[in-house]
Amino acid sequence: MRRGWFLPIAASLGFGFLYAPIVSLVVFSFNESSLVTVWSGFSTKWYGELLADPQMLGAAWLSVQVAFAAASIALVLGTLCAVALVRFRKFRGRTVLAGTASAPLVMPDVITGLALLLLFVAMEASLGWPAGRGLLTIIIAHSTFCTAYVVVVVQSRLSDLDLSLEEAAMDLGATPIRVFFDITLPIIAPALVSGWLLAFTLSLDDLVIASFVSGPGSSTLPMVIFSKVRLGVSPDVNALATIIIGIVAIGVLGATVLQLRARPKKAKA
Amino acid sequence: MAKKPQLAIDTRPWRDPAAKPFVRIRNVTKKFGDVYAVSDVSLDIFKSELFCLLGGSGSGKSTLLRMLAGFEQPTSGTIEIDGQDMTEVAPYNRPVNMMFQSYALFPHMNVEQNIAYGLKRDQLPAGEIHDRVAELLSLVKLQDYGKRRPHQLSGGQRQRVALARALAKRPKLLLLDEPLGALDKKLREETQFELVKIQETLGVTFIVVTHDQEEAMSLATRIGVMNYGEIAMIGEPTDIYEFPNSKFVAGFIGSVNMVEGVVTEDEPGHVRIRSAELGCDIYVGHGVDCAPDQILWWAIRPEKIALSRDKPESTEGANVTQGIVEEIGYLGDMSVYQVRLESGKHLRVTQTNTIRGNPDAITWDEQVYLQWGDNAGSVLTV
Repeated sequence: MRRGWFLPIAASLGFGFLYAPIVSLVVFSFNESSLVTVWSGFSTKWYGELLADPQMLGAAWLSVQVAFAAASIALVLGTLCAVALVRFRKFRGRTVLAGTASAPLVMPDVITGLALLLLFVAMEASLGWPAGRGLLTIIIAHSTFCTAYVVVVVQSRLSDLDLSLEEAAMDLGATPIRVFFDITLPIIAPALVSGWLLAFTLSLDDLVIASFVSGPGSSTLPMVIFSKVRLGVSPDVNALATIIIGIVAIGVLGATVLQLRARPKKAKA
Repeated sequence: MAKKPQLAIDTRPWRDPAAKPFVRIRNVTKKFGDVYAVSDVSLDIFKSELFCLLGGSGSGKSTLLRMLAGFEQPTSGTIEIDGQDMTEVAPYNRPVNMMFQSYALFPHMNVEQNIAYGLKRDQLPAGEIHDRVAELLSLVKLQDYGKRRPHQLSGGQRQRVALARALAKRPKLLLLDEPLGALDKKLREETQFELVKIQETLGVTFIVVTHDQEEAMSLATRIGVMNYGEIAMIGEPTDIYEFPNSKFVAGFIGSVNMVEGVVTEDEPGHVRIRSAELGCDIYVGHGVDCAPDQILWWAIRPEKIALSRDKPESTEGANVTQGIVEEIGYLGDMSVYQVRLESGKHLRVTQTNTIRGNPDAITWDEQVYLQWGDNAGSVLTV
């Protein structure tokens, strides 16, 4: 009986706590007034204004480029690393690799950002590459921490994979390379997709690391929003935030669905 | 059934010392770290045999199989298949295919693609692959299931797909790792006979790894019993069951009564063993390699002992003892009697229930005589 009212209330309080700010942001993005906190009527004019702002659009395009490149690089590196960790059980430095691969997950962004900045400056001084900071350095920086996430996602899928599947393919005449492309890759493909989506979303999201390693004229979207908000919140930021929430939500949802589908349908027969 | 003289079971090449073995395992040892998984195993297997490696878990039977497939490298020793040294040959270049315990069907391919996978690696023309796949599907009676995915099949169907896939490349040697292990009892019995039929039709040499002694007995031309990485005994199923060479083999296969005794007479034509546990002498009607006063073991199968209420006539004043029925297990086709001897030793005796609902059957707490022939048991020294 008590369960009748307790659970719904607890649940709505919990969800309210988590999502009320986001809901209010989405609602106010459709506010007509230029005062952020005063509702004066429904309008989509801030979305229109947003699309007419070249700075915003430029930053958004830059962010998408960075996220795409960083996620793709992270996917390749992360998959290779996961295969090494799961399939080659004994090799020198395995523990070190396993530890360093997941370290970026817990490393504070400020430290990662600062460390990368120092590295890029030192490299430019000694090697002359990368020349200056901009798109390239942001991509490199994002690839590093995104790789860690890809490793985690792919690793868990790989260790679920029955080793005898690969042995069976080899037994039937496939060389190890063939086995990887014919058997391993298709089976872990859903994990690759969800790892890529996760990396893409995280890169799109990042403010701190990007602030450290970006240069003049290469501000990512979160950086532009943050600097705008410091001058006072304008309603078009709400509109932009709503769009980003939409994209991120779709991304995360897609990744989750793929991850769920990737679960082998065993124990059925 | 018409005789097929090309089959190993009919020609029994292992009885012919001049016969050339098809698979020759020579002093193979495999160490994992400091542990000997397989230790100094030598084994000859002949063409068209259905050879069973039987052993408990950790006996090294699967490791031996994986070395034949090439997934493990022997620490020392050689493996020859069809006269060719396999030690340096990679798994994908061996004329050997394997059926995995988990079946290892590729989940992202349908049944046809699974079976065709090995043929595509050999780059056969598409038409030939198609014909071969169709032929294999009908061999395992799955003609209508070609387009299904593995997860849409039952356990028995998956098992047959795995078999078809392993046979697709017409290997000289097929390795089967617990092929029936994942099936339920009824299906296992049916599949057993199907497996033998397929093996006989194709004449392929099978090496089967199993922990199930019944499976080994009904499938195999010969059985290799493994224990702690070593071969304990190699022989035809009847040899293994009726003439075990050691206490381990006698106890591992079927159930057995094992008693200790002392040799009192050691003649070329017979041996007499005094057993305090049995409370009588054991008269063995053939010579045994032993010495007077040697302590050894005598093993007898439960079905080789006869029960009676009246004292039977004894052979040479031996081979008869008495006891009290303590337990009876009724299994339908037969009953298992647990008889307690005067020494406190229990003997297990089975009797076939030939009479329906026999009112005169021996029952609990009855005093009974136990008797056996002079050739019914095995004398074991190790």
